[in-house]
Amino acid sequence: MKWSRLSLILIRGFNVIGLLVAGYLFTKLMISSIDWEWLSSILIQLLKGFGLTVAIFGFTLLFSMPLGMALCNVRMSRLKILSWPAKLYISIMRGTPLMLQILIIFFGPYYVFQFFNLDISLSDAYRFPAVIIAFSLNYAAYFAEIYRAGIESIPIGQYEAANVLGYSRLQTFFKIILPQVIKRTLPPVTNEIITLTKDTSLAYAVACAEMFTIAKQLAASQSSMAPFVAAAVFYYIFNFVVAYVMERCERKLNYYQ
Amino acid sequence: MSIFEVRHLSKRFGDLEVLKDISMTIEPGEIVSIIGPSGSGKSTFLRCATLLETMEHGTMKYQGNVVCEERPGHGAVYAPGRTLKKMRAFFGLVFQNFNLFPHWTVLKNIIDAPISVQGRPKEEVLAAAKALLKRMGLESKADAYPCQLSGGQQQRVSIARALISKPQIIFFDEPTSALDPELTSEILKVIKDLAAAHMTMVIVTHEIEFARHVSDRVIFMADGVIVEQGPPEEVIGNPKHPRTQAFLRKLSHADN
Ligand SMILES: Nc1ncnc2c1ncn2[C@@H]1O[C@H](COP(=O)(O)OP(=O)(O)OP(=O)(O)O)[C@@H](O)[C@H]1O
Ligand SMILES: [Mg+2]
Repeated sequence: MKWSRLSLILIRGFNVIGLLVAGYLFTKLMISSIDWEWLSSILIQLLKGFGLTVAIFGFTLLFSMPLGMALCNVRMSRLKILSWPAKLYISIMRGTPLMLQILIIFFGPYYVFQFFNLDISLSDAYRFPAVIIAFSLNYAAYFAEIYRAGIESIPIGQYEAANVLGYSRLQTFFKIILPQVIKRTLPPVTNEIITLTKDTSLAYAVACAEMFTIAKQLAASQSSMAPFVAAAVFYYIFNFVVAYVMERCERKLNYYQ
Repeated sequence: MSIFEVRHLSKRFGDLEVLKDISMTIEPGEIVSIIGPSGSGKSTFLRCATLLETMEHGTMKYQGNVVCEERPGHGAVYAPGRTLKKMRAFFGLVFQNFNLFPHWTVLKNIIDAPISVQGRPKEEVLAAAKALLKRMGLESKADAYPCQLSGGQQQRVSIARALISKPQIIFFDEPTSALDPELTSEILKVIKDLAAAHMTMVIVTHEIEFARHVSDRVIFMADGVIVEQGPPEEVIGNPKHPRTQAFLRKLSHADN
Protein backbone atom coordinates (compact mmCIF):
# COMPACT_ATOMS: atom_id res chain seq x y z
CA MET A 1 0.00 0.00 0.00
CA LYS A 2 2.55 2.56 1.13
CA TRP A 3 5.06 1.39 -1.43
CA SER A 4 2.65 1.65 -4.27
CA ARG A 5 1.71 5.19 -3.24
CA LEU A 6 5.34 6.17 -2.92
CA SER A 7 6.18 4.77 -6.33
CA LEU A 8 3.22 6.62 -7.81
CA ILE A 9 4.47 9.89 -6.35
CA LEU A 10 7.97 9.15 -7.66
CA ILE A 11 6.69 8.37 -11.14
CA ARG A 12 4.64 11.55 -11.16
CA GLY A 13 7.61 13.52 -9.89
CA PHE A 14 9.86 12.19 -12.62
CA ASN A 15 7.22 12.99 -15.18
CA VAL A 16 6.92 16.56 -14.02
CA ILE A 17 10.68 17.03 -13.87
CA GLY A 18 11.09 15.45 -17.28
CA LEU A 19 8.45 17.75 -18.78
CA LEU A 20 10.02 20.82 -17.22
CA VAL A 21 13.46 19.93 -18.54
CA ALA A 22 12.15 19.14 -22.01
CA GLY A 23 10.11 22.32 -22.02
CA TYR A 24 13.09 24.39 -20.94
CA LEU A 25 15.36 22.92 -23.62
CA PHE A 26 12.71 23.31 -26.29
CA THR A 27 11.99 26.93 -25.39
CA LYS A 28 15.71 27.77 -25.27
CA LEU A 29 16.24 26.18 -28.65
CA MET A 30 13.23 28.01 -30.07
CA ILE A 31 14.16 31.42 -28.70
CA SER A 32 17.78 31.17 -29.79
CA SER A 33 16.73 30.09 -33.26
CA ILE A 34 13.96 32.66 -33.71
CA ASP A 35 14.47 35.39 -36.23
CA TRP A 36 12.36 38.11 -34.65
CA GLU A 37 12.13 40.30 -37.73
CA TRP A 38 11.00 37.38 -39.80
CA LEU A 39 8.44 36.40 -37.19
CA SER A 40 6.98 39.89 -36.89
CA SER A 41 6.54 40.10 -40.67
CA ILE A 42 4.64 36.81 -40.53
CA LEU A 43 2.51 38.03 -37.64
CA ILE A 44 1.67 41.25 -39.48
CA GLN A 45 0.55 39.35 -42.58
CA LEU A 46 -1.48 36.96 -40.45
CA LEU A 47 -3.11 39.86 -38.63
CA LYS A 48 -4.23 41.30 -41.97
CA GLY A 49 -5.83 37.95 -42.73
CA PHE A 50 -7.26 37.89 -39.23
CA GLY A 51 -9.19 41.04 -40.04
CA LEU A 52 -10.88 39.19 -42.88
CA THR A 53 -11.52 36.17 -40.63
CA VAL A 54 -13.31 38.41 -38.16
CA ALA A 55 -15.25 39.98 -41.05
CA ILE A 56 -16.40 36.57 -42.29
CA PHE A 57 -17.36 35.70 -38.73
CA GLY A 58 -19.25 38.96 -38.16
CA PHE A 59 -21.10 39.09 -41.46
CA THR A 60 -22.04 35.43 -41.24
CA LEU A 61 -23.64 35.96 -37.83
CA LEU A 62 -25.26 39.19 -38.96
CA PHE A 63 -26.99 37.48 -41.89
CA SER A 64 -27.44 33.89 -40.75
CA MET A 65 -29.09 34.54 -37.39
CA PRO A 66 -32.09 36.50 -38.73
CA LEU A 67 -32.18 34.33 -41.86
CA GLY A 68 -32.30 31.29 -39.59
CA MET A 69 -35.26 32.80 -37.73
CA ALA A 70 -37.12 33.38 -40.99
CA LEU A 71 -36.26 29.86 -42.16
CA CYS A 72 -37.41 28.47 -38.82
CA ASN A 73 -40.77 30.19 -39.21
CA VAL A 74 -41.23 28.74 -42.69
CA ARG A 75 -40.09 25.33 -41.44
CA MET A 76 -42.68 25.44 -38.65
CA SER A 77 -45.47 26.55 -40.96
CA ARG A 78 -48.57 24.41 -40.92
CA LEU A 79 -48.69 24.61 -44.72
CA LYS A 80 -46.84 21.63 -46.17
CA ILE A 81 -45.94 23.56 -49.35
CA LEU A 82 -43.90 25.91 -47.15
CA SER A 83 -42.57 23.63 -44.46
CA TRP A 84 -41.47 20.83 -46.76
CA PRO A 85 -39.05 22.84 -48.97
CA ALA A 86 -37.63 24.45 -45.82
CA LYS A 87 -37.10 21.01 -44.34
CA LEU A 88 -35.38 19.83 -47.53
CA TYR A 89 -33.20 22.93 -47.62
CA ILE A 90 -32.10 22.44 -44.01
CA SER A 91 -31.40 18.78 -44.61
CA ILE A 92 -29.23 19.53 -47.66
CA MET A 93 -27.32 22.37 -46.02
CA ARG A 94 -26.59 20.26 -42.96
CA GLY A 95 -26.00 17.09 -44.92
CA THR A 96 -23.29 18.31 -47.30
CA PRO A 97 -19.85 19.75 -46.52
CA LEU A 98 -19.66 23.50 -46.09
CA MET A 99 -16.47 23.47 -48.19
CA LEU A 100 -18.46 22.05 -51.11
CA GLN A 101 -21.17 24.68 -50.66
CA ILE A 102 -18.54 27.43 -50.75
CA LEU A 103 -17.12 26.03 -54.01
CA ILE A 104 -20.54 25.79 -55.59
CA ILE A 105 -21.49 29.35 -54.62
CA PHE A 106 -18.15 30.61 -55.93
CA PHE A 107 -17.82 28.64 -59.16
CA GLY A 108 -21.51 28.02 -59.82
CA PRO A 109 -22.23 31.38 -61.49
CA TYR A 110 -19.28 30.83 -63.82
CA TYR A 111 -20.86 27.68 -65.25
CA VAL A 112 -24.25 29.31 -65.44
CA PHE A 113 -22.81 32.18 -67.47
CA GLN A 114 -20.98 29.74 -69.70
CA PHE A 115 -24.18 27.79 -70.28
CA PHE A 116 -25.86 30.93 -71.55
CA ASN A 117 -22.79 31.82 -73.61
CA LEU A 118 -22.19 34.94 -71.57
CA ASP A 119 -18.68 36.20 -71.46
CA ILE A 120 -18.53 37.22 -67.86
CA SER A 121 -15.50 36.23 -65.86
CA LEU A 122 -15.42 35.96 -62.11
CA SER A 123 -13.59 38.80 -60.51
CA ASP A 124 -11.46 38.49 -57.40
CA ALA A 125 -13.91 40.78 -55.69
CA TYR A 126 -16.46 37.96 -55.72
CA ARG A 127 -14.39 35.73 -53.41
CA PHE A 128 -15.38 37.43 -50.18
CA PRO A 129 -19.11 37.85 -50.97
CA ALA A 130 -19.25 34.23 -52.13
CA VAL A 131 -17.83 33.09 -48.82
CA ILE A 132 -20.29 35.24 -46.86
CA ILE A 133 -23.22 33.95 -48.93
CA ALA A 134 -22.20 30.32 -48.49
CA PHE A 135 -21.56 30.68 -44.76
CA SER A 136 -24.80 32.57 -44.17
CA LEU A 137 -26.89 30.06 -46.09
CA ASN A 138 -25.24 27.16 -44.27
CA TYR A 139 -25.36 28.59 -40.77
CA ALA A 140 -28.95 29.75 -41.23
CA ALA A 141 -29.91 26.08 -41.55
CA TYR A 142 -28.26 25.22 -38.24
CA PHE A 143 -29.69 28.24 -36.47
CA ALA A 144 -33.16 27.47 -37.83
CA GLU A 145 -33.10 24.04 -36.20
CA ILE A 146 -31.78 25.44 -32.93
CA TYR A 147 -34.52 28.08 -32.87
CA ARG A 148 -37.13 25.46 -33.71
CA ALA A 149 -36.10 23.30 -30.77
CA GLY A 150 -36.19 26.43 -28.59
CA ILE A 151 -39.64 27.51 -29.76
CA GLU A 152 -41.05 24.02 -29.36
CA SER A 153 -39.75 23.86 -25.81
CA ILE A 154 -41.87 26.85 -24.74
CA PRO A 155 -44.94 25.55 -22.89
CA ILE A 156 -48.23 25.94 -24.76
CA GLY A 157 -49.61 27.70 -21.68
CA GLN A 158 -47.49 30.75 -22.50
CA TYR A 159 -49.32 31.14 -25.81
CA GLU A 160 -52.68 30.55 -24.16
CA ALA A 161 -52.08 33.11 -21.41
CA ALA A 162 -50.99 35.64 -24.05
CA ASN A 163 -54.04 34.84 -26.17
CA VAL A 164 -56.47 35.32 -23.27
CA LEU A 165 -54.80 38.63 -22.37
CA GLY A 166 -55.40 39.82 -25.93
CA TYR A 167 -51.84 39.98 -27.26
CA SER A 168 -51.65 39.79 -31.04
CA ARG A 169 -49.66 36.98 -32.63
CA LEU A 170 -46.73 39.29 -33.36
CA GLN A 171 -46.77 40.71 -29.84
CA THR A 172 -46.90 37.21 -28.40
CA PHE A 173 -43.91 36.13 -30.45
CA PHE A 174 -41.70 39.15 -29.92
CA LYS A 175 -42.60 40.05 -26.33
CA ILE A 176 -43.23 36.68 -24.75
CA ILE A 177 -41.88 33.77 -26.79
CA LEU A 178 -38.69 35.16 -28.38
CA PRO A 179 -37.03 36.37 -25.15
CA GLN A 180 -37.52 32.94 -23.63
CA VAL A 181 -36.31 31.23 -26.80
CA ILE A 182 -33.15 33.35 -26.76
CA LYS A 183 -32.39 32.29 -23.22
CA ARG A 184 -33.02 28.63 -23.94
CA THR A 185 -31.07 28.55 -27.19
CA LEU A 186 -28.06 30.47 -25.96
CA PRO A 187 -25.97 27.36 -25.10
CA PRO A 188 -26.45 25.66 -28.51
CA VAL A 189 -26.05 29.01 -30.30
CA THR A 190 -22.76 29.51 -28.43
CA ASN A 191 -21.62 26.12 -29.70
CA GLU A 192 -22.44 27.14 -33.27
CA ILE A 193 -20.65 30.46 -32.90
CA ILE A 194 -17.54 28.80 -31.56
CA THR A 195 -17.60 26.33 -34.43
CA LEU A 196 -17.91 29.27 -36.81
CA THR A 197 -14.71 30.93 -35.53
CA LYS A 198 -12.84 27.87 -36.76
CA ASP A 199 -15.00 27.18 -39.83
CA THR A 200 -13.96 30.56 -41.25
CA SER A 201 -10.75 28.78 -42.25
CA LEU A 202 -12.73 26.86 -44.90
CA ALA A 203 -12.73 30.06 -46.96
CA TYR A 204 -9.25 29.05 -48.07
CA ALA A 205 -11.03 26.73 -50.54
CA VAL A 206 -11.65 29.75 -52.78
CA ALA A 207 -8.41 31.50 -51.83
CA CYS A 208 -10.18 34.21 -49.89
CA ALA A 209 -7.31 35.91 -48.09
CA GLU A 210 -8.40 35.22 -44.54
CA MET A 211 -5.98 34.10 -41.86
CA PHE A 212 -5.82 30.40 -42.67
CA THR A 213 -5.27 31.02 -46.39
CA ILE A 214 -2.41 33.35 -45.54
CA ALA A 215 -0.97 30.97 -42.98
CA LYS A 216 -0.97 28.21 -45.58
CA GLN A 217 0.72 30.41 -48.20
CA LEU A 218 3.32 31.56 -45.68
CA ALA A 219 3.98 28.03 -44.48
CA ALA A 220 4.60 26.94 -48.06
CA SER A 221 6.76 29.89 -49.07
CA GLN A 222 8.81 29.93 -45.87
CA SER A 223 8.89 26.13 -45.41
CA SER A 224 8.03 26.67 -41.77
CA MET A 225 5.41 25.53 -39.30
CA ALA A 226 5.59 28.83 -37.45
CA PRO A 227 2.77 30.54 -39.42
CA PHE A 228 0.44 27.66 -38.52
CA VAL A 229 1.40 27.81 -34.86
CA ALA A 230 0.88 31.58 -34.82
CA ALA A 231 -2.48 31.21 -36.60
CA ALA A 232 -3.51 28.60 -34.04
CA VAL A 233 -2.71 31.04 -31.24
CA PHE A 234 -4.80 33.73 -32.95
CA TYR A 235 -7.73 31.36 -33.41
CA TYR A 236 -7.48 30.32 -29.80
CA ILE A 237 -7.45 33.90 -28.50
CA PHE A 238 -10.38 34.77 -30.78
CA ASN A 239 -12.34 31.81 -29.45
CA PHE A 240 -11.45 32.67 -25.90
CA VAL A 241 -12.89 36.16 -26.31
CA VAL A 242 -16.02 34.82 -28.05
CA ALA A 243 -16.58 32.22 -25.34
CA TYR A 244 -16.10 34.86 -22.65
CA VAL A 245 -18.63 37.21 -24.24
CA MET A 246 -21.18 34.41 -24.64
CA GLU A 247 -20.70 33.36 -21.05
CA ARG A 248 -21.39 36.91 -19.94
CA CYS A 249 -24.58 36.90 -22.02
CA GLU A 250 -25.71 33.64 -20.47
CA ARG A 251 -25.05 34.96 -16.99
CA LYS A 252 -26.98 38.10 -17.81
CA LEU A 253 -30.04 36.02 -18.71
CA ASN A 254 -29.77 33.96 -15.55
CA TYR A 255 -32.04 36.27 -13.61
CA TYR A 256 -35.00 33.92 -14.05
CA GLN A 257 -35.73 30.18 -13.90
CA MET B 1 -78.70 41.62 -19.11
CA SER B 2 -76.79 38.44 -18.45
CA ILE B 3 -73.02 38.76 -18.57
CA PHE B 4 -72.41 35.52 -20.35
CA GLU B 5 -74.73 33.40 -22.36
CA VAL B 6 -74.14 30.26 -24.38
CA ARG B 7 -76.75 28.20 -26.22
CA HIS B 8 -76.47 24.70 -27.61
CA LEU B 9 -72.68 24.62 -27.49
CA SER B 10 -71.16 21.48 -28.96
CA LYS B 11 -67.50 20.75 -29.40
CA ARG B 12 -65.64 17.74 -30.72
CA PHE B 13 -62.01 16.66 -31.00
CA GLY B 14 -61.98 14.41 -34.03
CA ASP B 15 -64.46 11.64 -33.31
CA LEU B 16 -64.73 12.49 -29.64
CA GLU B 17 -67.74 14.65 -28.82
CA VAL B 18 -66.48 16.46 -25.71
CA LEU B 19 -69.33 18.93 -25.17
CA LYS B 20 -72.89 18.11 -26.17
CA ASP B 21 -75.50 20.82 -26.37
CA ILE B 22 -74.42 22.90 -23.38
CA SER B 23 -76.49 25.96 -22.52
CA MET B 24 -75.76 28.34 -19.69
CA THR B 25 -76.36 31.95 -18.66
CA ILE B 26 -74.41 33.80 -16.00
CA GLU B 27 -75.97 36.84 -14.32
CA PRO B 28 -73.98 39.81 -12.99
CA GLY B 29 -72.42 39.05 -9.61
CA GLU B 30 -73.25 35.38 -9.85
CA ILE B 31 -70.73 32.80 -8.68
CA VAL B 32 -71.03 29.48 -10.42
CA SER B 33 -68.98 26.38 -9.64
CA ILE B 34 -68.58 23.60 -12.16
CA ILE B 35 -67.79 20.17 -10.75
CA GLY B 36 -67.57 16.80 -12.42
CA PRO B 37 -65.34 13.81 -13.07
CA SER B 38 -62.07 14.05 -14.98
CA GLY B 39 -62.54 14.18 -18.73
CA SER B 40 -66.12 15.44 -18.51
CA GLY B 41 -65.26 18.54 -20.55
CA LYS B 42 -65.03 21.23 -17.85
CA SER B 43 -61.75 22.67 -19.10
CA THR B 44 -62.88 22.44 -22.70
CA PHE B 45 -65.97 24.43 -21.78
CA LEU B 46 -63.87 27.20 -20.20
CA ARG B 47 -61.54 27.14 -23.20
CA CYS B 48 -64.47 27.61 -25.57
CA ALA B 49 -65.81 30.45 -23.42
CA THR B 50 -62.40 32.18 -23.41
CA LEU B 51 -61.83 31.70 -27.15
CA LEU B 52 -58.92 29.28 -26.74
CA GLU B 53 -61.00 26.71 -28.62
CA THR B 54 -63.60 27.23 -31.30
CA MET B 55 -66.90 25.41 -30.95
CA GLU B 56 -68.57 23.59 -33.81
CA HIS B 57 -72.11 24.58 -32.93
CA GLY B 58 -73.76 27.11 -30.72
CA THR B 59 -74.27 30.76 -29.97
CA MET B 60 -72.23 32.68 -27.43
CA LYS B 61 -72.61 36.24 -26.17
CA TYR B 62 -70.88 38.49 -23.66
CA GLN B 63 -73.31 41.14 -22.34
CA GLY B 64 -75.36 40.69 -25.46
CA ASN B 65 -72.35 41.07 -27.78
CA VAL B 66 -72.23 38.16 -30.15
CA VAL B 67 -69.02 36.11 -30.10
CA CYS B 68 -70.40 33.44 -32.36
CA GLU B 69 -73.78 32.57 -33.69
CA GLU B 70 -75.28 29.32 -34.90
CA ARG B 71 -76.28 29.51 -38.58
CA PRO B 72 -78.10 26.63 -40.17
CA GLY B 73 -75.72 24.69 -42.39
CA HIS B 74 -72.65 26.59 -41.17
CA GLY B 75 -72.48 25.76 -37.47
CA ALA B 76 -71.08 28.38 -35.13
CA VAL B 77 -70.01 31.44 -37.13
CA TYR B 78 -67.57 33.66 -35.25
CA ALA B 79 -67.47 37.44 -35.26
CA PRO B 80 -64.54 39.02 -37.14
CA GLY B 81 -61.14 39.06 -35.44
CA ARG B 82 -61.32 42.73 -34.49
CA THR B 83 -64.58 42.22 -32.63
CA LEU B 84 -63.19 39.15 -30.88
CA LYS B 85 -60.13 41.11 -29.82
CA LYS B 86 -62.33 43.69 -28.12
CA MET B 87 -64.38 40.90 -26.56
CA ARG B 88 -61.31 39.54 -24.76
CA ALA B 89 -61.41 42.51 -22.40
CA PHE B 90 -64.76 41.17 -21.13
CA PHE B 91 -63.35 38.08 -19.48
CA GLY B 92 -60.30 36.80 -17.63
CA LEU B 93 -59.04 33.26 -17.24
CA VAL B 94 -56.99 31.92 -14.36
CA PHE B 95 -55.09 28.77 -15.20
CA GLN B 96 -54.38 25.75 -13.07
CA ASN B 97 -50.62 26.20 -13.55
CA PHE B 98 -50.61 30.04 -13.49
CA ASN B 99 -48.83 30.51 -16.85
CA LEU B 100 -47.03 33.64 -15.71
CA PHE B 101 -44.39 35.01 -18.06
CA PRO B 102 -41.13 33.91 -16.41
CA HIS B 103 -38.92 36.57 -17.97
CA TRP B 104 -40.94 39.45 -16.52
CA THR B 105 -41.19 40.73 -12.97
CA VAL B 106 -44.43 40.38 -11.06
CA LEU B 107 -45.26 44.02 -11.79
CA LYS B 108 -44.52 43.72 -15.51
CA ASN B 109 -46.62 40.56 -15.70
CA ILE B 110 -49.55 42.55 -14.36
CA ILE B 111 -49.16 45.88 -16.18
CA ASP B 112 -47.96 44.89 -19.64
CA ALA B 113 -51.23 43.73 -21.20
CA PRO B 114 -53.33 46.74 -20.10
CA ILE B 115 -50.65 49.09 -21.44
CA SER B 116 -49.66 47.37 -24.68
CA VAL B 117 -52.95 45.63 -25.52
CA GLN B 118 -55.62 47.90 -24.11
CA GLY B 119 -53.55 51.06 -24.59
CA ARG B 120 -54.33 52.43 -21.13
CA PRO B 121 -52.10 55.19 -19.71
CA LYS B 122 -49.11 53.84 -17.81
CA GLU B 123 -49.62 55.92 -14.65
CA GLU B 124 -53.20 54.76 -14.25
CA VAL B 125 -52.22 51.10 -14.81
CA LEU B 126 -49.32 51.36 -12.37
CA ALA B 127 -51.60 52.77 -9.69
CA ALA B 128 -54.13 50.01 -10.31
CA ALA B 129 -51.38 47.38 -10.17
CA LYS B 130 -50.08 48.72 -6.85
CA ALA B 131 -53.58 48.56 -5.41
CA LEU B 132 -54.06 45.00 -6.68
CA LEU B 133 -50.70 43.85 -5.32
CA LYS B 134 -51.68 45.25 -1.96
CA ARG B 135 -55.05 43.52 -2.09
CA MET B 136 -53.26 40.23 -2.91
CA GLY B 137 -50.71 40.75 -0.12
CA LEU B 138 -47.85 40.94 -2.61
CA GLU B 139 -46.67 44.54 -2.17
CA SER B 140 -43.11 43.42 -1.43
CA LYS B 141 -42.98 41.12 -4.47
CA ALA B 142 -43.48 43.66 -7.27
CA ASP B 143 -39.89 43.34 -8.48
CA ALA B 144 -39.55 39.60 -7.92
CA TYR B 145 -39.57 37.11 -10.77
CA PRO B 146 -42.21 34.36 -10.84
CA CYS B 147 -39.60 31.66 -10.16
CA GLN B 148 -38.84 33.35 -6.84
CA LEU B 149 -42.43 32.97 -5.63
CA SER B 150 -44.35 30.13 -4.03
CA GLY B 151 -47.13 28.49 -6.04
CA GLY B 152 -49.75 30.32 -4.02
CA GLN B 153 -48.06 33.66 -4.62
CA GLN B 154 -47.75 32.91 -8.34
CA GLN B 155 -51.44 32.13 -8.51
CA ARG B 156 -52.25 35.39 -6.72
CA VAL B 157 -50.16 37.25 -9.31
CA SER B 158 -52.03 35.53 -12.11
CA ILE B 159 -55.35 36.51 -10.51
CA ALA B 160 -54.10 40.11 -10.28
CA ARG B 161 -53.06 39.89 -13.93
CA ALA B 162 -56.60 38.84 -14.84
CA LEU B 163 -58.23 41.49 -12.61
CA ILE B 164 -56.31 44.50 -13.87
CA SER B 165 -58.05 44.35 -17.24
CA LYS B 166 -61.32 44.99 -15.35
CA PRO B 167 -63.08 41.93 -16.75
CA GLN B 168 -66.82 41.53 -16.33
CA ILE B 169 -66.36 37.85 -15.55
CA ILE B 170 -63.47 35.64 -14.50
CA PHE B 171 -63.15 31.96 -15.27
CA PHE B 172 -61.01 29.79 -12.99
CA ASP B 173 -59.81 26.37 -14.16
CA GLU B 174 -58.94 24.40 -11.04
CA PRO B 175 -57.02 27.33 -9.54
CA THR B 176 -55.77 25.31 -6.58
CA SER B 177 -55.04 21.92 -8.14
CA ALA B 178 -51.33 22.63 -8.61
CA LEU B 179 -50.94 23.82 -5.02
CA ASP B 180 -50.09 22.21 -1.70
CA PRO B 181 -53.04 22.05 0.72
CA GLU B 182 -51.64 24.90 2.86
CA LEU B 183 -51.43 27.13 -0.20
CA THR B 184 -54.87 26.11 -1.44
CA SER B 185 -56.60 27.97 1.39
CA GLU B 186 -54.79 31.21 0.57
CA ILE B 187 -56.15 31.15 -2.99
CA LEU B 188 -59.62 30.16 -1.82
CA LYS B 189 -59.54 33.18 0.49
CA VAL B 190 -58.69 35.45 -2.44
CA ILE B 191 -61.64 34.06 -4.39
CA LYS B 192 -63.92 34.52 -1.38
CA ASP B 193 -62.80 38.16 -1.16
CA LEU B 194 -63.63 38.59 -4.84
CA ALA B 195 -67.02 37.03 -4.21
CA ALA B 196 -67.61 39.50 -1.39
CA ALA B 197 -66.80 42.28 -3.88
CA HIS B 198 -69.46 40.86 -6.25
CA MET B 199 -67.08 39.73 -8.96
CA THR B 200 -68.83 37.47 -11.44
CA MET B 201 -67.01 34.15 -11.46
CA VAL B 202 -67.16 30.70 -12.98
CA ILE B 203 -64.98 28.27 -11.06
CA VAL B 204 -64.08 24.76 -12.13
CA THR B 205 -62.98 23.05 -8.95
CA HIS B 206 -62.58 19.78 -7.12
CA GLU B 207 -62.84 21.57 -3.76
CA ILE B 208 -66.42 20.55 -3.03
CA GLU B 209 -66.62 22.20 0.39
CA PHE B 210 -65.34 25.44 -1.10
CA ALA B 211 -67.84 25.23 -3.95
CA ARG B 212 -70.62 24.69 -1.44
CA HIS B 213 -69.66 27.80 0.55
CA VAL B 214 -68.79 30.26 -2.15
CA SER B 215 -71.17 29.55 -5.02
CA ASP B 216 -74.67 30.72 -5.79
CA ARG B 217 -75.08 27.86 -8.22
CA VAL B 218 -73.34 24.55 -8.75
CA ILE B 219 -73.24 22.79 -12.09
CA PHE B 220 -72.45 19.10 -12.24
CA MET B 221 -71.05 18.02 -15.62
CA ALA B 222 -70.42 14.49 -16.86
CA ASP B 223 -69.57 13.20 -20.34
CA GLY B 224 -69.99 16.60 -21.92
CA VAL B 225 -73.47 17.37 -20.63
CA ILE B 226 -74.84 19.34 -17.70
CA VAL B 227 -76.37 16.59 -15.59
CA GLU B 228 -77.67 18.69 -12.76
CA GLN B 229 -77.52 22.29 -11.56
CA GLY B 230 -78.93 24.43 -8.80
CA PRO B 231 -78.09 25.98 -5.46
CA PRO B 232 -75.23 24.22 -3.63
CA GLU B 233 -77.58 22.96 -0.87
CA GLU B 234 -79.38 20.96 -3.52
CA VAL B 235 -76.66 19.82 -5.95
CA ILE B 236 -74.05 19.10 -3.28
CA GLY B 237 -76.25 18.78 -0.19
CA ASN B 238 -79.04 16.72 -1.70
CA PRO B 239 -78.23 15.61 -5.27
CA LYS B 240 -81.15 14.28 -7.33
CA HIS B 241 -79.28 12.56 -10.13
CA PRO B 242 -77.64 9.17 -9.47
CA ARG B 243 -74.46 10.28 -11.35
CA THR B 244 -74.08 13.31 -9.09
CA GLN B 245 -74.65 11.11 -6.06
CA ALA B 246 -72.04 8.60 -7.25
CA PHE B 247 -69.51 11.38 -7.99
CA LEU B 248 -69.92 13.04 -4.61
CA ARG B 249 -69.79 9.69 -2.81
CA LYS B 250 -66.53 8.84 -4.56
CA LEU B 251 -65.04 12.23 -3.68
CA SER B 252 -65.91 11.97 0.00
CA HIS B 253 -64.37 8.48 0.02
CA ALA B 254 -61.20 9.84 -1.55
CA ASP B 255 -61.04 12.54 1.11
CA ASN B 256 -61.30 10.12 4.01
N1 LIG C 1 -56.76 19.29 -27.60
C1 LIG C 1 -57.43 18.12 -27.45
N2 LIG C 1 -57.40 17.20 -28.43
C2 LIG C 1 -58.05 16.03 -28.29
N3 LIG C 1 -58.79 15.69 -27.21
C3 LIG C 1 -58.86 16.57 -26.20
C4 LIG C 1 -58.17 17.82 -26.26
N4 LIG C 1 -58.43 18.50 -25.12
C5 LIG C 1 -59.21 17.69 -24.37
N5 LIG C 1 -59.48 16.54 -25.01
C6 LIG C 1 -60.36 15.46 -24.52
O1 LIG C 1 -61.59 16.02 -24.18
C7 LIG C 1 -62.13 15.42 -23.03
C8 LIG C 1 -62.48 16.47 -22.03
O2 LIG C 1 -61.29 17.07 -21.56
P1 LIG C 1 -61.28 18.25 -20.49
O3 LIG C 1 -59.88 18.64 -20.29
O4 LIG C 1 -62.23 19.30 -20.92
O5 LIG C 1 -61.84 17.53 -19.20
P2 LIG C 1 -61.95 18.08 -17.70
O6 LIG C 1 -63.35 17.92 -17.30
O7 LIG C 1 -61.36 19.43 -17.61
O8 LIG C 1 -61.07 17.04 -16.90
P3 LIG C 1 -60.10 17.29 -15.64
O9 LIG C 1 -60.96 17.29 -14.43
O10 LIG C 1 -59.20 16.09 -15.67
O11 LIG C 1 -59.36 18.57 -15.88
C9 LIG C 1 -61.10 14.43 -22.55
O12 LIG C 1 -61.50 13.14 -22.97
C10 LIG C 1 -59.84 14.84 -23.24
O13 LIG C 1 -59.02 13.73 -23.49
MG1 LIG D 1 -59.62 20.28 -16.68
